[in-house]
Amino acid sequence: MNWTAIAAIYRFEMARFFRTLAQSFFSPVLSTSLYFVVFGTAIGSRIQEVEGVSYGAFIVPGLIMLSVVMLAISNASFGIYFPKFLGTIYELLSAPVNFIEIVIGYVGAAATKALFVGLVILITSMFFVDIRIEHPVAMAAFLVLTCLSFALLGFIIGIWASNFEQMSLIPQLVVTPLIFLGGTFYSISMLPPMWQTITLFNPVVYLISGFRWSFFGTADVPIGLSLLAIAGFTAICLGVIWWIFKTGWRIRS
Amino acid sequence: MTTILSIKDLRKSYEGGFEALKGLTLDIEQGEILALLGPNGAGKTTLISTICGITSATSGNVTVGGHDIQQDFRAARRMIGLVPQEIALEPFETVANTVRFSRGLFGKPKDDARIEEILRKLSLWDKRKNAVKELSGGMKRRVLIAKALAHEPRVLFLDEPTAGVDVELRKDMWEIVAELKQQGVTIILTTHYIEEAEAIADRIGVINNGELLLVEQKATLMAQMGKKQIEVQLAEPLTSIPAALKQHDLTLTEDGGIVYTYDTHGERTGITTLLNDVAQAGLTLRDVQTRQSSLEEIFVTLVSGGKS
Repeated sequence: MNWTAIAAIYRFEMARFFRTLAQSFFSPVLSTSLYFVVFGTAIGSRIQEVEGVSYGAFIVPGLIMLSVVMLAISNASFGIYFPKFLGTIYELLSAPVNFIEIVIGYVGAAATKALFVGLVILITSMFFVDIRIEHPVAMAAFLVLTCLSFALLGFIIGIWASNFEQMSLIPQLVVTPLIFLGGTFYSISMLPPMWQTITLFNPVVYLISGFRWSFFGTADVPIGLSLLAIAGFTAICLGVIWWIFKTGWRIRS
Repeated sequence: MTTILSIKDLRKSYEGGFEALKGLTLDIEQGEILALLGPNGAGKTTLISTICGITSATSGNVTVGGHDIQQDFRAARRMIGLVPQEIALEPFETVANTVRFSRGLFGKPKDDARIEEILRKLSLWDKRKNAVKELSGGMKRRVLIAKALAHEPRVLFLDEPTAGVDVELRKDMWEIVAELKQQGVTIILTTHYIEEAEAIADRIGVINNGELLLVEQKATLMAQMGKKQIEVQLAEPLTSIPAALKQHDLTLTEDGGIVYTYDTHGERTGITTLLNDVAQAGLTLRDVQTRQSSLEEIFVTLVSGGKS
């Protein structure tokens, strides 16, 4: 393993994050506060409790997931697309690094940034609602796994994209609807039976449900299934990335 | 001499059947400067990209310092530095960090003293804290060289290093190349500027349509293929070639002189006979000059198909 190269990629990517630290920090604080004002106050005043948890606290795991997933995707896709766009990818391709090292560097940095924002949202939430975390280790593990797996997806999108428009295509048209319909702001038990069944085909349901379980000890789907879903998703992403580097698809002519 | 880069029957075909490299074979000795000349689309950049790992070869073998670029890619790539043709740099990062990144990427531990030395050598030290986007085009090209040198490569590829740069930077680069050669670094450069190859290369390769037409020591090439001309200026300008001189292959200059082209390696140059005939014809010499054909003329002859 070329750890020096991994560290170099990681540091270089993190430098981009630190250059815009204020934006990275204040943007999630502001958007989380707005969500609490809109959903927590306006809607929360009509919905007192969901599964024994105050509505304000109930939406916290969903809010964190929403931001973390979107950021992990955008950071990782931008991280690998930008060198392609600039032409600086020549250096990466000619360096003594293999695909695992490249992925660890880029995906690790993107996941770190998303994790940071996730924690900022969690801390911000604590100013608005009382939050208890019943399974802190599981919560941390879910958060890290989510950051990593969606950063892997972002990495794939970054390699696939041939322009900036394509980069936002999948996050906007696929991922955002899946997250909003995956129980970010509601429990799927609140849906009519038919929609409950349909919702179970949405992979994000398992993610948010598992994450919410780590906070409140209640879940829409069994926790084991949630873990299996996220592990399966990570494995699929890794498989696709392995294939990309093996064939050189969209990166090596 | 030790062979540091060995290319055997290297082929690169693209979808659609276009063959960018057609079985190219070439050995490059340690410490030499090889200039690859060729017109646009000849395959120069494809050759470099394939050796460096940016493009995959269709078939053939390449070893760098004895390391196969496929099987032992880490060892091979650690030895290689590449300065690409296009300026491609992360615009928002500082000069120093961009160069540090390159060193780390190639697996070399942090060494600020080494980075400082490289930046100073390339006149970039004062700009080390500037974002790359603030630099001029020439400075950016220097950054590309600094990045390529950051991991102390033993083989350096310069793909059109002086395309579009001013005279001062070009001279600076030639000096840097000469200095690197002294340190034992092998340099392979592609260029459109024949004067560049003539000025700094030890050997010259001519590539066209994916084939290596020739690779030869510069001096040998010039001597082998160089033709010389002798220009005779006369006291009384001529308006046509006199009948007495028709047997010689002469051309008339604008000011009424005559030009005779001869092969320096021919058994007889024919100069003595010519000058005798000039005297016999009653012509008085005012001046005599000789000149050797440039590499450019040799290049044009080769690429246009006239190998002989």
